[in-house]
Amino acid sequence: MDGQQPSISPTDLYARLGTAAAPLVIDVRRTPAFEAADSLIASAFYRSPDDVYYASDGHCTHEKTLLCDGLVMGGVIECPKHNGRFDYTSGKALGAPVLVDVRTYPAKVIDGTVYIEVG
Amino acid sequence: MPESAGTAAAIVIAGAGECGTRAAFALREQGWDGPVILAGAEPSPPYERPPLSKTGELKPICDPAALREADITFLPGAEAARLDTAAHVLELADGRRLPYRSLLLATGARARRLPFGGAPVHVLRTHADSVALRGRLAPGRRVAVIGGGFIGLELASSAAALGCAVTVIELGPRLMGRAVPARVAAVMAQRHVAAGVDIRCGTGVTGLAQTASGVTITLAEGGTVEADVVVAGVGAAPETSLAEAAGIEVADGIVVDARFATSAPDVFAAGDCCRYPHPLYDDRPLRLESWRAAQEHGTAAARAMLGGTEPYAGVPWFWTDQHDYTLQVAGLADTASREVVRVRLDGTEIWFGLADGGRLVAAAAAGPGNSVARDIKLAEMLIARRAAPDPAALADPGVALKSVLRSPVAG
Repeated sequence: MDGQQPSISPTDLYARLGTAAAPLVIDVRRTPAFEAADSLIASAFYRSPDDVYYASDGHCTHEKTLLCDGLVMGGVIECPKHNGRFDYTSGKALGAPVLVDVRTYPAKVIDGTVYIEVG
Repeated sequence: MPESAGTAAAIVIAGAGECGTRAAFALREQGWDGPVILAGAEPSPPYERPPLSKTGELKPICDPAALREADITFLPGAEAARLDTAAHVLELADGRRLPYRSLLLATGARARRLPFGGAPVHVLRTHADSVALRGRLAPGRRVAVIGGGFIGLELASSAAALGCAVTVIELGPRLMGRAVPARVAAVMAQRHVAAGVDIRCGTGVTGLAQTASGVTITLAEGGTVEADVVVAGVGAAPETSLAEAAGIEVADGIVVDARFATSAPDVFAAGDCCRYPHPLYDDRPLRLESWRAAQEHGTAAARAMLGGTEPYAGVPWFWTDQHDYTLQVAGLADTASREVVRVRLDGTEIWFGLADGGRLVAAAAAGPGNSVARDIKLAEMLIARRAAPDPAALADPGVALKSVLRSPVAG
C-alpha cells in the first residue's frame, strides 16, 4: 500500500499474493495459485478473529472443492460442498467426510502485502 | 468365515452405504471396542452414491485399509435375508447367521420403477446401474429422462455434457416440486434450457414401445417423444422388507424414535430407510433421502446403540449439482408460510422460508459453482437455533448474514 516496497523480496521462500486490503475485511479469500513442488497449488488465505493470518491449500481433501467459498466460524473453515471441516490454523481434519488434513503454510502480511511460505 | 461370523457381543450393521459405513466408524470413535460387522449387499467396498449421477466415478467412502485399521469386519455381497428379533440373529441370503448385541438397519432405498414395461428403462441407484447407463450415453444419442427430480436432472445434465440430446418429462407443473421452492427451481430450469435440455413439465407418460430405431414414449396429452435411451428418475422407495417381515413397525420407512430405535429391542434403523420424528419441526415424521442425513444418522445411531439418549436434531440439508450450478436447501421448505428473497449484488437470489411467528424454517438457492454455500450454511445455523430473524435484514443484501446470527430465538 502507499507504493511502498515490501520489506522482503519476492524471490525468497514466500510467494507474494497481492495486497491485504481485501483480507482485512474478510475471513477467507482465494489467493492466486502458486508454484510449489512442480505443481500449481490453489490456496486459501484466512484472517482469524484475533487478527492472525493463515494459509492452506485451496482445495478440500475430500473432493476437489475450493475451500474459499466456505464459511469460517472462529478457527474453522467448512467446505462449501459436503461440510467437511478443518481447523485452518493447523490444517487438522475435524471428522467425516474429511479424513485427511489439509496442508497449511505460514502466512504473513508485510506492508499490506500477503505472503505465503512455499519453500 | 465360519458359519457363525458374529457373536452375541457384536454390533451388526446391515447396509454398507454412507449411513452404515459412517456408523461403523462412529462406533470406534465413540470407544466401542467389541466386534463390528458391516454387511453390504453390493459386491464393492463402501462407495459414495452422489458421484453416480454426476461424473459416474466409483468413489470409495474410505480406503479399504481404514476398515481393517478400525477392525471393522466388512462383508461384501452380504445380503440380509431374515431377521429374528427375539433370538437377536440376522441371517444372510447365503445362510450365514450373524448374532448381534445391537443391529443397525441401514438398508437404504431402491429406485422406483415406472408402472409399465414395453421397453428397457434405466434407473440409477447403484454403481452397477451407473455402469449400465453410462455405457449407452454418447454424443448425439437421444436421452429421455422421465422425472424432473434430483436424480433425473443430474443425469440430464451429465448426458447433455456428454453431447446427448436430452428431454426431461415431468408430470408435475414444475421441476423438483417435492423439496425445492418454485423460484429456486426456476433458476435451475433456466440453466437446463440454456444448456439445450428440452424441459417438458406437466407432461404425463402413458406408455413405452420399442421400435426399430429406439423407444417411442407416448405422452398423456397426445404426441410422442423418440429416444435411444430412457431413464426413470421417479423417486426412491425405502428398503423396509427385512424389517417388515420381522414384525417391526413400518410406515413408508422403518419407524424409529429420535434416537433411531425401532419397535424391536436392540434394533435401530437410520438413513434413507427410516422415518424419524424431527424435533425442529414439531416431531413431524420425516424420511430423508440425503447424503448428509445418512451420514449424520449413522453417527447418531452409533451413539444410541452405545446407550446415548440425545435426540438427533440435525437440520435437513441437501445439494444437487446440475451443469455448472449447485442448488442447496436447508430445512423443510414446505413448512414455510411466508417467503423472503434476498437478491445479492451478483444477482443470485437467496430464498428464505419463515413459519407463522417468524421463525426461519428453510432456505434455498441456486447459483454457479459453490456461490450459494456460505449463505445457505448461515441460514442452516439460524434454522438450528430456531431464530426469528428480521425479514428486512434477510432481504437486505447490505446486511451481512453473519450478523443476523444474533437474531432472537422464536418463542
